[in-house]
Amino acid sequence: MAFTFAAFCYMLSLVLCAALIFFAIWHIIAFDELRTDFKSPIDQCNPVHARERLRNIERICFLLRKLVLPEYCIHSLFCIMFLCAQEWLTLGLNVPLLFYHFWRYFHCPADSSELAYDPPAVMNADTLSYCQKEAWCKLAFYLLSFFYYLYCMIYTLVSS
Amino acid sequence: MSSQVSVNQGYNSQLPGSYPHLIPAKTLNPVSGQSNYGGSQTVSPLSNYQGPGQTLYRPPAASNPVTSSLPSVPVPRMPLPASQNPAATPMPSGSFLPGANVQPPLNWQYNYPSTGSQINHCPRSSSQPTISGNTNLTSHQYVSSGDPPLQNNLTKSGIASNTNNGSMVVHNSYDEIEGGGFLATPQYANKNPTMSRSVGYSYPSLPPGYQNTAPPSTTGMPPSSLNYSSGPQGFTQTPLGANHLTASMSGLSLHPEGLRVINLLQERNMLPSTPLQPPVPNLHEDIQKLNCNPELFRCTLTSIPQTQALLNKAKLPLGLLLHPFKDLVQLPVVTSSTIVRCRSCRTYINPFVNFLDQRRWKCNLCYRVNDVPEEFMYNPLTRVYGEPHRRPEVQNATIEFMAPSEYMLRPPQPPVYLFVFDVSHNAVETGYLNSVCQSLLDNLDLLPGNTRTKIGFITFDSTIHFYSLQEGLSQPQMLIVSDIEDVFIPMPENLLVNLNESKELVQDLLKTLPQMFTKTLETQSALGPALQAAFKLMSPTGGRMSVFQTQLPTLGVGALRPREEPNQRSSAKEIHLTPSTDFYKKLALDCSGQQVAVDLFLLSGQYSDLASLGCISRYSAGSVYYYPSYHHQQNPVQVQKLQKELQRYLTRKIGFEAVMRIRCTKGLSIHTFHGNFFVRSTDLLSLPNVNPDAGYAVQMSVEESLTDTQLVSFQSALLYTSSKGERRIRVHTLCLPVVSTLNEVFLGADVQAISGLLANMAVDRSVTASLSDARDALVNAVIDSLSAYHSSVLSSQQPGLMVPFSLRLFPLFVLALLKQKSFQTGTNARLDERIFAMCQVKNQPLVYLMLTTHPTLYRVDNLSDEGALNINDRTIPQPPILQLSVEKLSRDGAFLMDAGSVLMLWVGKNCGQNFLSQVLGVQNYALIPQTMTDLPELDTPESARIIAFISWLREQRPFFPILYVIRDDSPMKANFLQNMVEDRTESALSYYEFLLHIQQQVNK
Repeated sequence: MAFTFAAFCYMLSLVLCAALIFFAIWHIIAFDELRTDFKSPIDQCNPVHARERLRNIERICFLLRKLVLPEYCIHSLFCIMFLCAQEWLTLGLNVPLLFYHFWRYFHCPADSSELAYDPPAVMNADTLSYCQKEAWCKLAFYLLSFFYYLYCMIYTLVSS
Repeated sequence: MSSQVSVNQGYNSQLPGSYPHLIPAKTLNPVSGQSNYGGSQTVSPLSNYQGPGQTLYRPPAASNPVTSSLPSVPVPRMPLPASQNPAATPMPSGSFLPGANVQPPLNWQYNYPSTGSQINHCPRSSSQPTISGNTNLTSHQYVSSGDPPLQNNLTKSGIASNTNNGSMVVHNSYDEIEGGGFLATPQYANKNPTMSRSVGYSYPSLPPGYQNTAPPSTTGMPPSSLNYSSGPQGFTQTPLGANHLTASMSGLSLHPEGLRVINLLQERNMLPSTPLQPPVPNLHEDIQKLNCNPELFRCTLTSIPQTQALLNKAKLPLGLLLHPFKDLVQLPVVTSSTIVRCRSCRTYINPFVNFLDQRRWKCNLCYRVNDVPEEFMYNPLTRVYGEPHRRPEVQNATIEFMAPSEYMLRPPQPPVYLFVFDVSHNAVETGYLNSVCQSLLDNLDLLPGNTRTKIGFITFDSTIHFYSLQEGLSQPQMLIVSDIEDVFIPMPENLLVNLNESKELVQDLLKTLPQMFTKTLETQSALGPALQAAFKLMSPTGGRMSVFQTQLPTLGVGALRPREEPNQRSSAKEIHLTPSTDFYKKLALDCSGQQVAVDLFLLSGQYSDLASLGCISRYSAGSVYYYPSYHHQQNPVQVQKLQKELQRYLTRKIGFEAVMRIRCTKGLSIHTFHGNFFVRSTDLLSLPNVNPDAGYAVQMSVEESLTDTQLVSFQSALLYTSSKGERRIRVHTLCLPVVSTLNEVFLGADVQAISGLLANMAVDRSVTASLSDARDALVNAVIDSLSAYHSSVLSSQQPGLMVPFSLRLFPLFVLALLKQKSFQTGTNARLDERIFAMCQVKNQPLVYLMLTTHPTLYRVDNLSDEGALNINDRTIPQPPILQLSVEKLSRDGAFLMDAGSVLMLWVGKNCGQNFLSQVLGVQNYALIPQTMTDLPELDTPESARIIAFISWLREQRPFFPILYVIRDDSPMKANFLQNMVEDRTESALSYYEFLLHIQQQVNK
């Protein structure tokens, strides 16, 4: 029973993973809100509601944009930590997502990076369903990794 | 209008109680079923607005001479035109008395007893015992709407018509108006007045809307019998789908031409010599007759594949192309207190619903069974009870409803127009202010609107100038705001003024404005702050903002830097198609939220970063106009173009605070939209303004298998506030068959719609990925679909490039797209022009997009009257359409190319002396002027023919294409030859090479 660096990494990632799970859930809720307009069709056509709805969309997109970088940073931090701790298997499990994140971040179609999650693009049903699927997949991934980290943490604490 | 207000008071108790009356809750003072159409002179909505909850009986402002002169209750009768084919019969409504007979305030507030609502409920009126089935209480009012340019004179005739038997005057004016249209048949025009006379003078005939929507099945029935036949006609709705399959089979065998498989490498001349017609969906004749006009609503596949797997196999895009707000000659308008909609999916009742029995209908989109409301049982057209399936809503795929009050929570907005002019040194140099102000002055009275119309002006250079036009001022007062960091609005209440009250001041301003800045030395342009100011000014009301910009904005927020590098023009990579800042996008969204649309007029010689600036229009549902190298002296052609387009822009119809929703049958789903708008929730497009020249496209996928259905429907509903302050809903419904085999999917492909949708998708692709990606995607679209056809449908391997008849022009159109300005490679495309072309792809209706992509070419030096159209005593020659290849040109001829927004007349070097002197009015070839944009009107048959032909081409579109006469040595010749899409250019394949390339890929 020893408190190794690896054990510390797993403990930290356990905590941060909880944050990532929270982010993913928040994403799911946000996309759901973007998708459904909880108003009767007649209300939807009302110009007053239009303004409110538009503000809502912009606010959600603004928050989504704010969350992108923290999420990617936390996940990259995991990878760096596991690299340092020489936890190759855990690193291997995380690398695909890391690459995906890099691709998402740098494959931004616009000249300026602030255009990610911009309201007109996100509101497209195609994009929206893609984002929603992405969020569900991430949630599943983070949940599984949460329990995996928990297991690994105990394992490293016990074994060494 | 109504002189019978008192009638209303007693009506509730004395209804013939055979059936319960559905009175909408908000209708405190139910206006009863009526069919009046002569009208109150438009009453100002402002002055009449009482709030929906009030019960207020008061006599309407104008009394109707018709009703007052006829104490006996007028019974509207239906003078049925003799020929009832709805397609061929000229429908009077469309262009009718839009202002005069519509009572916007009345319908809106529901507290008006007015509007000659005499007929039905008047218990004390003894003069109507003849009518058995019309005593119910709905307020159906059939009125009509129309073309904005026609509105003014129409309004006059409409009011005049009150003084005598309306229908006669109406029809007379109809003749005048419709005379120009080729739909008009003289027989009908003469018939109607006599008919209404025979019906009886004391009965004003039904408004045009009724006649318009007369059910075809009642053809030939004497008008008088209509009044008595209360329903025994029974229940004869076209059985939807029942015998559809057999019909489709017979349909297939009827058109062997359509079943042909064509080897494109052998049969090269596939371009028809007459304009290409959209394919007709393979539906039962009775259903097809009711279907939506393909110009308004069109699907890429007229036979919908049953499953997504089948669609994927076909490799063809599935989508819709819409032109929902097109100016229509005929449009039935329904005013009814309740609009019948499906209770679960909110679909509007349409011709393709199923009536299970008289009381129930099954929604064709979600299959829910709904009840038929009581008032819908009465057919105001035939005046018969119990014929819901004969109502105009069920007989017309395109219909407009006047929305009742529950569709608005705030009063409809007034028309508000704000003009924002760039007056920096560069702008003054171009001299555009003169033409714009002159156009505005000329069209000030024609701006669509009512007494509430508001107008305002802002100019800007490095500072922002406002103009106070308050009533009572002796001259406009200019207010300068130099703080562009934090813009504020000085005295906001006087900047947007009522046009009627301050018309003289506005005219004053427009006269002086061009001279005011002639000495300016200010070169900076603070477009961003000016837009912010304009937005602040307009946000309380919403409306239309027209921005004129002549250079790259350099000051304040939204300042841009030049990004174009001329050396990189040729490479398809690394060009800036995306915005460099999201300031304009964000502002556009703000505008959208406040119901403001921004139209951008860019008149710039240098690069102005349209990619960034264009966002302001794109997301606020505006439009972009681009006049490269505009100069009032050096470029007179552009000046003329601007004037013509402004004329159209200022006078065309406009809808405010609009939303559009597109619904489709359960199982299909819409996933991507193309056009200028903001998608507010996944199926709701927010359109602060909607204009009749805007087109939209959507992409769809098959989510659930459609195996248990034979027909699918699509419905677009556009809710807008008209310039007269009425809330209206325009509904289009399209019905298409479902097929289960790949071959049928291919047979029903609509090649024009497919190319249009592909162009839209390619624009998206070039923005999100790159131009070369988009070009590859276009080519792959052809290769994939043709190889799918090759491998799955054709049984035996034949040599050559085999294509289904329906797709015979697909490679040609895609090649044309590759050579279009948006997607071409080569050094001659300036970035702004390319982006403008992309904007046009997204925003233009399909017809014009196809014309710009694949222009039509005619030989015009030997026009003859053979096969000519005869419209209204004019003979319009119809020369055959030629392929776009130089081999079709000859030096001794003259050729006209119709490229949508321009017409080019190329005169060959050895062109006959006859043509030169008789048509161009010059003695020899060398005397043709270098820039010639008009043909002289000579007194020769040749000249008359070509002028008739050109003006016929121009009449078919809302904008004014400029005619260029091109000599062999003109600089324009390059533009002309560039459109020869079948030929090889330095960077693109010829048509034959392209076919070979495709064949190679397909057979791989």
